[in-house]
Amino acid sequence: MANVIKLHVNGGVQVVSTDPRASLLSVLRDQLDLTGTKYGCGEAQCGACTVLIDGHPRRSCITPVGTAAGRQITTIEGLEQHGKLHPVQEAFLTEEAMQCAYCTSGMIMTAVAFLKSNPSPTEEEIAHAMEGNICRCGTYPRIVAAIQRASHQGTQS
Amino acid sequence: MTNDPSMPLANDAPLGSGSESAIEPERYEFRAPAVHHFGLQRRDFFKFLGAGVLVVCALKQVAAAQESGAPPPGGLGFGPPLPKEISAWLHVGENGVTVYTGKVEIGQNIRTSLAQAVAEELRYPVGKVELTMGDTQLTPYDMGTFGSRTTPTMNLQLRKVAAAAREQLIALAATKWNVDAQKLKAVNGRVEVAGTKRSIAYGELVAAQQLTAVIPADDPLIPPAQWTVEGKSISKVDGRDFVTGKHRYPSDQTLPGMLYGKILRPPSFGATLVSINAPSFDLADNVTFVRDGDFAGVAAATEAAATRALNALQAKWNEQPQISNSDLFAYLKGNSVDAKGFEGAQKYETGSVDKDLAAADRQLHQTYTVSYIQHAPLEPRAALAQWSGNMLTVWTGTQRPFAVRTEVAQATRVPEEQVRVLMPDMGAAYGGKHTGECAVEAARLARAANAPVKLVWTREEEFTWAYFRPAGVIDVAGGIRNDGALAAWDYTNYNSGAAGIRTFYEVPSQRIVFQPTRYPLRQGSYRALAATANHFARESFMDELAHAANMDPLAFRLKNLKNDRLRAVFAAAAEKFGWNRAKPAPGHGFGIAGGFEKGGNVATCVEAAVDRESGFVKIARVVVAFECGAIVNPENLKNQIVGANIMGIGGALFEKINFAGGRILNAQFSKYRVPRFSDVPPIDVVLLDRKDIPPAGAGETPIVGLAPAIGNAIFQATGKRLRSLPMIPNGLNSA
Ligand code: FES
Ligand code: FES
Repeated sequence: MANVIKLHVNGGVQVVSTDPRASLLSVLRDQLDLTGTKYGCGEAQCGACTVLIDGHPRRSCITPVGTAAGRQITTIEGLEQHGKLHPVQEAFLTEEAMQCAYCTSGMIMTAVAFLKSNPSPTEEEIAHAMEGNICRCGTYPRIVAAIQRASHQGTQS
Repeated sequence: MTNDPSMPLANDAPLGSGSESAIEPERYEFRAPAVHHFGLQRRDFFKFLGAGVLVVCALKQVAAAQESGAPPPGGLGFGPPLPKEISAWLHVGENGVTVYTGKVEIGQNIRTSLAQAVAEELRYPVGKVELTMGDTQLTPYDMGTFGSRTTPTMNLQLRKVAAAAREQLIALAATKWNVDAQKLKAVNGRVEVAGTKRSIAYGELVAAQQLTAVIPADDPLIPPAQWTVEGKSISKVDGRDFVTGKHRYPSDQTLPGMLYGKILRPPSFGATLVSINAPSFDLADNVTFVRDGDFAGVAAATEAAATRALNALQAKWNEQPQISNSDLFAYLKGNSVDAKGFEGAQKYETGSVDKDLAAADRQLHQTYTVSYIQHAPLEPRAALAQWSGNMLTVWTGTQRPFAVRTEVAQATRVPEEQVRVLMPDMGAAYGGKHTGECAVEAARLARAANAPVKLVWTREEEFTWAYFRPAGVIDVAGGIRNDGALAAWDYTNYNSGAAGIRTFYEVPSQRIVFQPTRYPLRQGSYRALAATANHFARESFMDELAHAANMDPLAFRLKNLKNDRLRAVFAAAAEKFGWNRAKPAPGHGFGIAGGFEKGGNVATCVEAAVDRESGFVKIARVVVAFECGAIVNPENLKNQIVGANIMGIGGALFEKINFAGGRILNAQFSKYRVPRFSDVPPIDVVLLDRKDIPPAGAGETPIVGLAPAIGNAIFQATGKRLRSLPMIPNGLNSA
């Protein structure tokens, strides 16, 4: 059953031997040790497992790894560039947009993709775009504030 | 109000005094065994930590004083044996400051707030304080992180420990330079001679020293009014690790050669395993199969292989008849358990309730119900277990690492000394991870497999096999006089719990009963315990009485309330909300509710907007006023208050476990609705800072006012009184 699959992850190339139907989430976490991407539900309901595939936010828990072969995969570990955090990461820190922070990776990845499609969103647009991500600790208002902060930064720079 | 000390109800400390008993007299907090004696000797400490100054906080003051004696002037004792019962310790070494506490970080941000306490007293950069938490081998015994006890206890203890270390460092410098200690100051990790350039870093000062001090519980501290680090907002100390995905949660732990575990779950609660057939497994999958009584599970090289192996097991179960949630409340009322002592009913009674109720100008009787709900922390239970010979190490997410050590040791039949439990900062709990099921399961599989085994519960397992917040039925009867004064109060809570059950209003005659019952689902702690249910019933009922008395709900409360701290939060919330100024728009309603629990006082105002036709309810805005003594970190306090209220929206409006035939019917986020971005109203927090009152915890109490305030607001908007939590799982029109 196992195939050899070539994955482009965070700018590098990884070759894994796996059943192509295995979830991208399990391959990232168990084979590539990229544990920043989290499991929260396994049914595309919570967003904790969100990664970018060719720049689009995808739920890695329901993405068969085979379908991600050859595409550009970005995980939370790949956002920081040369020791410099992505503006969304910075904004989450500045706004203290986390408690247990288990949802944070998925929130940040969803927000990064969203801000690309809508660089200056309103609060309602943010809430709407983020509706699929659960924060059980209830830090939603701070997450909205963080995304807004990152968006302003984005338009300024 | 009168307090009868013989009545062991949850909040029978004098209300409003800020005091509370050291142990929660609450049945749904799992109780812990006695404090263990801790066996490390001075020598062991320094061997392990390196040279430096070591300060330990002794739990028992008398013992500490006897065993340590007063530290000699200019330095510390070199030889006193350390006390056996230690709650925390701090080490200032050549390379930094490390603090050891059995408390754990579960998202309540105590890694930061405790570091802040230490930094404040030690005069040391907050970001450089290392905290080792919840490791049963390295940290002193701790009952667990729950009941909002960290801030009132551990925070104080660490401040004392750090203050003592600071004094010792100053004494060391005084000896070294041969100057009067009065002239020295500790500043930002250095001791300096005041007014000069002369200074020395702590690390340099302690080189080659092996000094110990034992701190009893009552050393002088910097008063809150003079705090410079505490009382300020400091960002999460390790925030960067979280936004970069570097932090390793329990479910992220790995070991070389690790296998993945899966557990065979019964088809329904209470089912027993009759027989099981394990086929022969694919060799490459490296499958281990274990059956031990009703326990059956597998471990394999990959999670996929473990799942395949699990699905290949053929098991026969003997199932038991079970009730479903449509029978729940009748069941609870009909199945009282009469036991002696702590397990039995708890009752508080004063005055002549029956007589005063009958004689009151108006009487009212109502019943409120509360459904089972699930904590559903985003990180489910997870454990990684490793045996080396007879020694077992388990990394797991729990609020009580020491209790889990006991649980695992008993289950695997090894002495506790051979079990080490470590708790990496985890993905939250809310009272839901007091137990060690997953750790026990991983340990059992690891022993059979002779390899490290990791087990992460699926969301469905977490929804089904973790424990629930207890459901309950609450009957209330009240009598009022024509002037709106309460005359009699008769209150019985079936099953949900005794936390926050006592009324803080002035009522001459009261009977308050917590009645345990048999119950169908596994139940345990939850954020604020039964205080949410009891505040819902009490504060909804107070609203009903206010309307019966034709009085403004706030005025009615204040007429019956003497407690100053509560009056202050009610006044603050009402003021900010504009309770007396604004009137709700058509289709809108205002609601107010408040209460007291665990040293915190809260008042909550809600504006609800109801669309008549669709029955859609929107919470338009919320104002929460909160006071829990001196404020330690205002930003973090606000974060906790807002978080508790957002979580509270779920339990108030739609969260509910459905079950039938011993099965959970909605064990998925697609079927169990939790609050999301669009559910969140603007939440205004008003903090009252009482520097004259020691700080209490704040992770729980802010949740209790929300549900009744929403219900009261919906009533004002629609005339519809909602008496069940959740109030509108299927919208207002079917409520
Ligand atoms: S784990 Fe993928 S959406 Fe929840
Ligand atoms: S911070 Fe805990 S789930 Fe979002």
